[in-house]
Amino acid sequence: MSDHELRVSKIRNGTVIDHVTGGQALNVLSILGIDGSEGLGVSIGMNVPSDRLGRKDVVKVEDRELSQSEVDVISLIAPEASINIIRDFAVVAKNRVDRPETVVGLLSCPNRNCITNGNEPVETKFTVVDEGVRCAYCGTIIRDSLADHIAPDQ
Amino acid sequence: MRQDHLITATQLSRADIEAVLDRAAEIDADQAKWGERYDRSVLALCFFEPSTRTKMSFDTAMKRLGGTTTDMGTVESSSVKKGESLADTVRVVEGYADAIVLRHPSEGAAKMAAEFVDVPVINAGDGAGQHPSQTLLDLYTIRENVGLDDLSIGIMGDLKYGRTVHSLADALTNFDVRQHFISPESLRLPRNVRFDLHQAGAQVREHTDLDSVLPDLDVLYVTRIQRERFPDENEYKQIAGEYQIDAETLAEAKEGLSIMHPLPRVDEIDPAVDSTPHANYFEQAHNGIPVRMALLDFLLSEQEASR
Repeated sequence: MSDHELRVSKIRNGTVIDHVTGGQALNVLSILGIDGSEGLGVSIGMNVPSDRLGRKDVVKVEDRELSQSEVDVISLIAPEASINIIRDFAVVAKNRVDRPETVVGLLSCPNRNCITNGNEPVETKFTVVDEGVRCAYCGTIIRDSLADHIAPDQ
Repeated sequence: MRQDHLITATQLSRADIEAVLDRAAEIDADQAKWGERYDRSVLALCFFEPSTRTKMSFDTAMKRLGGTTTDMGTVESSSVKKGESLADTVRVVEGYADAIVLRHPSEGAAKMAAEFVDVPVINAGDGAGQHPSQTLLDLYTIRENVGLDDLSIGIMGDLKYGRTVHSLADALTNFDVRQHFISPESLRLPRNVRFDLHQAGAQVREHTDLDSVLPDLDVLYVTRIQRERFPDENEYKQIAGEYQIDAETLAEAKEGLSIMHPLPRVDEIDPAVDSTPHANYFEQAHNGIPVRMALLDFLLSEQEASR
């Protein structure tokens, strides 16, 4: 597919997250804590045609190289995503996302009676299990729609 | 048992459980021998919810080990009322005591508390989560009466919110036990406990009525269905009535069936059952002393060894 079709220009330096599950680009940015206020150049393409996925999203973040641990959590909503690190318009590293063992501080526990939803100085922590993710404190399992549980301050 | 804290029953291996039960039996045989074991130790009782049995039995257990207890009192009379976080409360209390027994209305409270302190934390109930020290005395009672292997146990009542049920179900996966869960549809086991049981490869069956499974059971563990779980009084009365035991119900039971209950009961076991050989629930409550003495012995000795 050409860049013309994508309608998103190449970036000089930064990170391109490709093969994101269609419709999940904004959630990917939420997970990464990027909302534009940092002043980073951010472009997204949503539901663009893809040979592999049918439809995919693409997220380009300029002047920031995302680490593997930062991007692994994306695998929870976009398991096919690939991460390209760009320097001077060239791809210098290309990686797939791996499922992390734990997700810390990103998600809110949907159990309102969980201690992490009280007024306590503790970050949420979820362990990644076969069925989804599981609160390390109260044991609640989130199976679907993980993006709905991204903590509001992300 | 080598554990720093007791937070959930899932952390306990069969070897851990057997070590505590064996020690409890040793203590039960001669409690006086243990009377000065921890004569310099203090146990903090932090109960953010009401308790009779658990609090009193930990208090007695510590005193019978020669130690003393310090009690936070009720939430109304403590600094929690002023808005203090649990994390701050336990960090203050660890300076006063060698171990903390904690009951709190939020799930995960004990797990979080343990992350903030260096003294052992015992979860004495966290919301609808876990109550693992109750489970140890439940297992002790089961072992004394019918043994812990090749067993069919029925667990009946409020399986959704019942923390004693969750801990017991988790712990029983360490043994050759067939678990039958008997409850109204709306109070079935929660997803996270099902997940644990599935992961452990437990033998589990679910039922909405007791009759079909009663003749197979060696143990029937009854729990209270609480009024507040139902939107209206009539629905509560109708459903709760279906999960009550009386002498007539037991006509179909095995001769050696052991009936247990974490107590308090309201009307789920008819008082007429108390005088039958099936009734083991008062014995179960009494077993809280040797079992909690054994548990404290393991946790406090670990604590001493690490100093």
